[in-house]
Amino acid sequence: MTWETVIGLETHVELATRTKIFCSCTTRFGGAPNTHCCPVCTGMPGALPVLSRAVLDYAVKTGLALGCSITRYSKFDRKNYFYPDLPKAYQISQLYLPIARDGAVDIRTPAGDRTIRIHELHMEEDAGKLVHDPWTDRTQIDLNRCGVPLIEIVTEPDFRTADEVIAYLEKLRETLRYLGVSDCKMQEGSLRCDVNLSVRPMGSTGLGVRTEMKNLNSFKAIARAIAHEADRQIELIEEGKRVIQETRRWDENKDATYAMRSKEDAQDYRYFPEPDLPPIELSEGYLESLRAAQPELAEAKRERYRRMYGLPEYDCRMITSDRALAELFEGLVELGAPPKQGANWIMGEVLGALSARGKEPKDMALTPPTLARLIALVGEGRLNRNTAVKVFEAVFDTDGDVDAHIREHGLEQLNDDALVRETAARVLAADPRSVADYRAGKEKALGALVGQVMRELKGRADPRAVNAVLRELLAQ
Amino acid sequence: MGPIELTALELGAAIKKGEVSVVEAVQAALEAISAQDRTLNAFITVAGEQALDRAKRLQAGMKDASSPLYGVPMAIKDNICTMGVETTCASKILSGFVPPYDAAVVERLRDAGAVSLGKLNMDEFAMGSTSETSSYGPVKNPWDLDRVPGGSSGGAAAAVAAGLGWYAVGSDTGGSIRQPASYCGLTGMKPTYGTVSRYGLVAYASSLDQIGPLCRDAADCAAVLDVLQGHDRRDATSLPGRHDRPGWTGPSADYGHLLSGLTGDVRGLRIGLPVDCYGDGLDPEVRRAVLTVAEVLKSRGAEVVELSFPVLGYAVPTYYIIAAAEASSNLSRFDGVRYGRRAEHHEGLADLYRKTRTQGFGAEVKRRILLGSFVLSSGYYDAYYKKALQVKAVIKAAFDEAFTRCDLLLTPVAPTTAPRLGESLSDPLQMYLSDVYTVSVNLAGLPGLSMPCGSDSKGLPIGAQLIGPHFGEGVLLNAAHAFQLDTDHHERVPKGGEPS
Repeated sequence: MTWETVIGLETHVELATRTKIFCSCTTRFGGAPNTHCCPVCTGMPGALPVLSRAVLDYAVKTGLALGCSITRYSKFDRKNYFYPDLPKAYQISQLYLPIARDGAVDIRTPAGDRTIRIHELHMEEDAGKLVHDPWTDRTQIDLNRCGVPLIEIVTEPDFRTADEVIAYLEKLRETLRYLGVSDCKMQEGSLRCDVNLSVRPMGSTGLGVRTEMKNLNSFKAIARAIAHEADRQIELIEEGKRVIQETRRWDENKDATYAMRSKEDAQDYRYFPEPDLPPIELSEGYLESLRAAQPELAEAKRERYRRMYGLPEYDCRMITSDRALAELFEGLVELGAPPKQGANWIMGEVLGALSARGKEPKDMALTPPTLARLIALVGEGRLNRNTAVKVFEAVFDTDGDVDAHIREHGLEQLNDDALVRETAARVLAADPRSVADYRAGKEKALGALVGQVMRELKGRADPRAVNAVLRELLAQ
Repeated sequence: MGPIELTALELGAAIKKGEVSVVEAVQAALEAISAQDRTLNAFITVAGEQALDRAKRLQAGMKDASSPLYGVPMAIKDNICTMGVETTCASKILSGFVPPYDAAVVERLRDAGAVSLGKLNMDEFAMGSTSETSSYGPVKNPWDLDRVPGGSSGGAAAAVAAGLGWYAVGSDTGGSIRQPASYCGLTGMKPTYGTVSRYGLVAYASSLDQIGPLCRDAADCAAVLDVLQGHDRRDATSLPGRHDRPGWTGPSADYGHLLSGLTGDVRGLRIGLPVDCYGDGLDPEVRRAVLTVAEVLKSRGAEVVELSFPVLGYAVPTYYIIAAAEASSNLSRFDGVRYGRRAEHHEGLADLYRKTRTQGFGAEVKRRILLGSFVLSSGYYDAYYKKALQVKAVIKAAFDEAFTRCDLLLTPVAPTTAPRLGESLSDPLQMYLSDVYTVSVNLAGLPGLSMPCGSDSKGLPIGAQLIGPHFGEGVLLNAAHAFQLDTDHHERVPKGGEPS
């Protein structure tokens, strides 16, 4: 029998708001334990939550970008359970009236295009962290993460392969980053994913018994966990056993999932409406203002770059891989740089410089006018490409003044024909052996001679001009 | 006449005139506390040194005094957080808990020049109607030491009635200010939900809790409420006042003008008498005394309208379902992990929780946590909690309808005067049922005032309740003030605990 895998995702995204969801503590990652907290986020008796306006804005923006309908009358609920990382012993979340519902995300996979339906999107608070100290055998609590805002995005069971899951997550990450609502760093936990998976005979329309997999902290882990879990379930069924509805934990080192808790142990969370927070009522005017402020997303940009600038698919993909890169590109074009030149610089020098420094595009100092000036100087023949790269390296970190740097280091291209001729003649006279080699038919000797002339002229000459002058002199 | 005999406003005026110093007032109160509180048990914490220090500073800063209550010593129920002063909610589980912050009302009181004498005894986590569920022992009624002062703000009522401070700030979730005020002969008020910030009030039932004053008369109540009420951004259920939202034309509070609004003029005021509140179960002496309020106000030009209010019969079960449900969640944070008491000799996490909560909570608190957990559990939620929310909406609508026909409602506060110690706890259901007149006010979020209107044959005070529409505090206080201009029930003071 052939089997079909059916997958649904629950993705938790930490929002990149400056402050926490219900208090004004910072959301910054790291920090000494229990230093980013206050009576509200540590659940002190008598402290009360107040919803951050920015969290609401971010959640609604995301809902709009995912094609959801926004709930005009939305509420928070309490999810009650005891755990030391949850200081109020309840999590403020949304069960009955989530902020957004019924969206759709189009994905592209090697096997074709698909649409993944979004069931709902809701806001909630994150919990703290337990840190086990093996030396003292004690568990310590760090409440810094308590109250960091999360949105949970729940899909319908619309995925059939790991490829689709990864394509969806990449699209989701790209969208969230473009919106500026999250940095989506899986390794820092700002994008976390639970995978609900079941299998069924191909062609069947019912759903099998599903398991939920947690602790998946990379795309690779997700892909491997899906493959393993599907195999495990198929094997069980083919052996005549049953799949048990349970939560399983992915063990990266063992490359396997193991059971955490079954449905029978599932807690009764005793959800009820959060009495400390009044319902959220959204006006049409508010939604309209957010709709109007939505940025152009990556896919729309790619389409536009192809259409307007005739850039190849690969280039479009590369320069829209990050909103800051796309904005740099658009800035260059606006300042008159030829689009293809702009794209080349971004794909080559800019990405190279960022990766060498381990920096994110959004953190770079370089601005469009600086890079546009470099591109223009090369275009006008006043700077050769190699020197331009050196200037780029020099100005990249501080967005330095290109013209000043060139002036101070005397880097402008030499267009003094007499000086090139004079230097070339001197080099030829000093290196009769290379001259003889060249004349004996060894083309490579010319390269060495060009190099010597360029060195004499401190790299400022146009290598093509040097080449032409040398050939001319050697032919005499 | 010593300062103890003055009302809070009279003392404030005497301080302003220099007839009494703030230090003298604090000393008089501390002497009264040390003489009587061993018997009454109204205080959990007496902060005598802090009070004297503050009195000296206030005396030195007299020229900045703007509030009529400047320098007047008072006390705070022990479920309101006070920075640096232990806040126990009368529970073992919070013993040793010193809040790192002040409640919003504590800040407001400080800004008005109040001096706190300490923290007042109460039913554990405000759950009870007698102040006997305190883990610090029961509070005694200064009118009769064999009787309860009411609850849960029983320490507050006993302290003010006995002259251990000029006013107190308590909390009212289902009658916890009004009923003890009634049992102890005081004027107390539960304001409109959302008009006093709950920030720093240890939550019992968040959608019903409201902080308010217990005072010697309506004018003191108005002055204290002028201090307590106001918008607070830290409480999302706090309601902005008229001046907080320009352009707003709907109903809203006009904070800070209650005292200046007391005219005693009640001409044309329509007093609603809900006939359902004067039937079975009401002590005839209480009925007679409460109805005198209507007579007195009528003689001042008010009208009396009879109303039927059958939905009130559902108020008690509705209240206990909602309050217990919210309490079960609100009290979950007391787990022994971060603050308060932690059980010793535990094995593992579940055992730590179990032992800490088993040892830390008293019987009444456990009863309500269990009840609340039950009504929220899956399979029962719709039948209990959801239904209770629906009934709550019906009760609210019934009040709205009533207030189209009258300006305020006059009812008893409790079916009887103060019961004897031990009498109520033996029958919790009976105790819950005695909340019949007060809980609906919290369910509807309305203001409710309790004031003395007579005594029974044993000499115990009887209270009358005035209920108003949202933001109707001014109407209620003015009616109470009018009644107090013509009567002297509010001037009676207990004589050393023996029935007079």
